[in-house]
Amino acid sequence: MGKREIELRLNGVERRLEVEDQVLLIELVRGLGLVGTKLSCDTQVCGACTVLLDGRPVSSCTTLAIEADGKPVETIEGLADGTKLHPLQEAFIDRFAFQCGYCTPGMIVSAKALLEARPDPDAPAVRHWMEGNICRCSGYQTIVDAVLDAADRMRSAR
Amino acid sequence: MLRRFDVHRATSVKEAVRLRQMLGEDAAVYAGGTELLLAMKLGVARWPHLIDVKPIASLREITATKDTLRIGATATHWDIERDTVVAKTLPAFARLEASVANVRVRAAGTLAGNLAFAEPHADPPALLLALGGRVVLEGGAGSRSLPIADFITGMYQTAIAADEIIVAIEVPLPASDVRIAYVKFQILERPSVGVAAVATVRDGRFVGAPTVVVGAVDEMARAVPTAQFAGADARAAGTRDAIAEAARGAVEPTADLAGSVEYKRHLVGVFAQRAVDSLLAQAS
Repeated sequence: MGKREIELRLNGVERRLEVEDQVLLIELVRGLGLVGTKLSCDTQVCGACTVLLDGRPVSSCTTLAIEADGKPVETIEGLADGTKLHPLQEAFIDRFAFQCGYCTPGMIVSAKALLEARPDPDAPAVRHWMEGNICRCSGYQTIVDAVLDAADRMRSAR
Repeated sequence: MLRRFDVHRATSVKEAVRLRQMLGEDAAVYAGGTELLLAMKLGVARWPHLIDVKPIASLREITATKDTLRIGATATHWDIERDTVVAKTLPAFARLEASVANVRVRAAGTLAGNLAFAEPHADPPALLLALGGRVVLEGGAGSRSLPIADFITGMYQTAIAADEIIVAIEVPLPASDVRIAYVKFQILERPSVGVAAVATVRDGRFVGAPTVVVGAVDEMARAVPTAQFAGADARAAGTRDAIAEAARGAVEPTADLAGSVEYKRHLVGVFAQRAVDSLLAQAS
């Protein structure tokens, strides 16, 4: 009890770690140097800490690290292929979908889960999915545009 | 950062009950953690032990018989909003689940946890109360099933005993001509007001009395007295106004971030009418 060994696939790499039960997933990933995942509201409202756990977007600030045992975890660092950015990252840049950028990793990770579940969403579907990701700079329109743009790019790349 | 605690993974209902008996007040039941871990981070709750019920495979099942939908205690909002059995037997509830909080809360949080926490600003209790939903509990003395109205006893208060866990939520399936509406207003993460309405409507008139329940404004969901509307013309302005009046009178709103008492009472009237409008807009 208290401390246990977990195995997870973090951004495609198998990791075996020893964690205490009360450690949060955000503490685990940031502790491993993956600091793209941001802590902000700490109450599951803002979405800045979003990571994919077994393909589902979760608030890593309110998820125990031991929940990742036996599961894949994907953070913003897992999206780019070397220096080649993910279509969502390219679309966010091309559409000016951020200003300060603090919410952006969570936005992009959340949008990735959307496009995996639904490769061809319309704007209302994007807004509904992303309503739990808060941005104080952009006014949201460019973010919705970027997600739709990325969906286009990903479809035509298929 | 959370204070230290131990997680005990139960693999059967029996084991979870035994852990509840053994650990008593020092333990909380843990599944999605969306409410529990928040409360622990805020320091308003502290448990040295958590009993994880997610490894109990049978608790994740969602099944339906001819007349009852049964949602296992560890089914998440995400599971329920996508479940084909729910979509087929109770689509209005699937739609409600798809609108709970945000996608991350839905991915982790469970319906049973939502009810067990009894946070007043919640979506499911109003509709479950209107549909006659029940919470199935299992404890040292065996199993029992409580109507939602008896299960949630106040703000953050339930009738769950110290050695019990929720195993399922059961909802009686309405007859095919029954219309179901849930409408809400929400500016923050939780609903400011939610109104559920269930009725049979024929030629614009209620057959019998409609069921109307107001959620999220009061300490718990409140059923609106509606006997006077049996057989009433649901399209008539007088009926709509009277239902709004009855709904406003049925609640004692709590002033909070979502609004003042007066504002919430106003919202209750508006959304009670919209719930009736939603019923009328549906084809039988």
